[in-house]
Amino acid sequence: MLVSIYRYNPEVDDAPYMQDVQVDLPEGKDLMVLDVLNLMKDKDPSVSYRRSCREGVCGSDGMNMNGKNGLACITPMSAVLKNDKLVLRPLPGLPVVRDLVVDMGQFYKQYEKIRPYLINDTPAPAIERLQSPEEREKLDGLYECILCACCSTACPSFWWNPDKFVGPSGLLQAYRFLIDSRDNATQERLSELDDPFSVFRCHGIMNCVNVCPKGLNPTKAIGSIRTMLLQRAT
Amino acid sequence: MVTQITSFGRSGLYDWMVQRVSAIVLSLYTVFILGYLVMNPELTYDQWSALFEATWMRIFTLMTLLSIGVHSWIGLWSISTDYLKATGVRFFFQSLCGLAMFVYITWGIQVLWGL
Repeated sequence: MLVSIYRYNPEVDDAPYMQDVQVDLPEGKDLMVLDVLNLMKDKDPSVSYRRSCREGVCGSDGMNMNGKNGLACITPMSAVLKNDKLVLRPLPGLPVVRDLVVDMGQFYKQYEKIRPYLINDTPAPAIERLQSPEEREKLDGLYECILCACCSTACPSFWWNPDKFVGPSGLLQAYRFLIDSRDNATQERLSELDDPFSVFRCHGIMNCVNVCPKGLNPTKAIGSIRTMLLQRAT
Repeated sequence: MVTQITSFGRSGLYDWMVQRVSAIVLSLYTVFILGYLVMNPELTYDQWSALFEATWMRIFTLMTLLSIGVHSWIGLWSISTDYLKATGVRFFFQSLCGLAMFVYITWGIQVLWGL
């Protein structure tokens, strides 16, 4: 099978290029894309990519496979293959460090901006801050995000303004803390988001929902943030 | 918080809300005008001019004109901040859009009261 892979080593190459590699796949097995990459790396150790848990939990191996972002470790070949060809590229929109490895700095900066931790200035109880099952339920569909960056790098608004638009991943996390009953910085958090870029650069095209390997819905979370802002200001 | 001084209302929420309200006005006007033309296939100049002489129609039309202005300002401002990365070029484009909208609104008012 033919795999076309994005290659770029800034120490050697003047410009990135696509390398066609013939990979022999074992018969009768539906390998994951990561397995194919491992086969390629066995032949050519200079092929670079990130990977760790190989089961869709760590979020290291986010990449663009035949035009769609996803985690290589949980994407079966049968799901991405087009005309018996696989095209592998790094996540779009972020600077490439080498081959499929991207610099996630800008992505993390946006994550840091939304202050992804509980803020509560009331005295801490002896053991822990309790939540009712209903309050806890509100975090479902939000806390599962593994920060793989598949969504934000599939979003044109993030491509054009990665320094100003928080991006789907960061906003999903922002809502996760806005809706948490144990957090009492809701007003402060909302004030930080009420500008024309941070939230409102989202035009609801739902690329993020389309690619999220965990099946989450950042567009819905962004809609909820808008509703919270609207309720506060009208 | 990202600071912006060239957006319509300086606030993301305000721009977003105005964009939606103006969209409703624009669609109502479009439906009304299309409906009026379909209901009056043999439309005469007198009829048309009588329609625009009515105060409610002038209010409705002026509201639509202003809606076109703000709706396109917010939309084009978004496009300019997405695609035009050089500050000078972006500011020039935004000024040009502002001028065009002002001209259209003023011209529209002239037409509306001149018919």
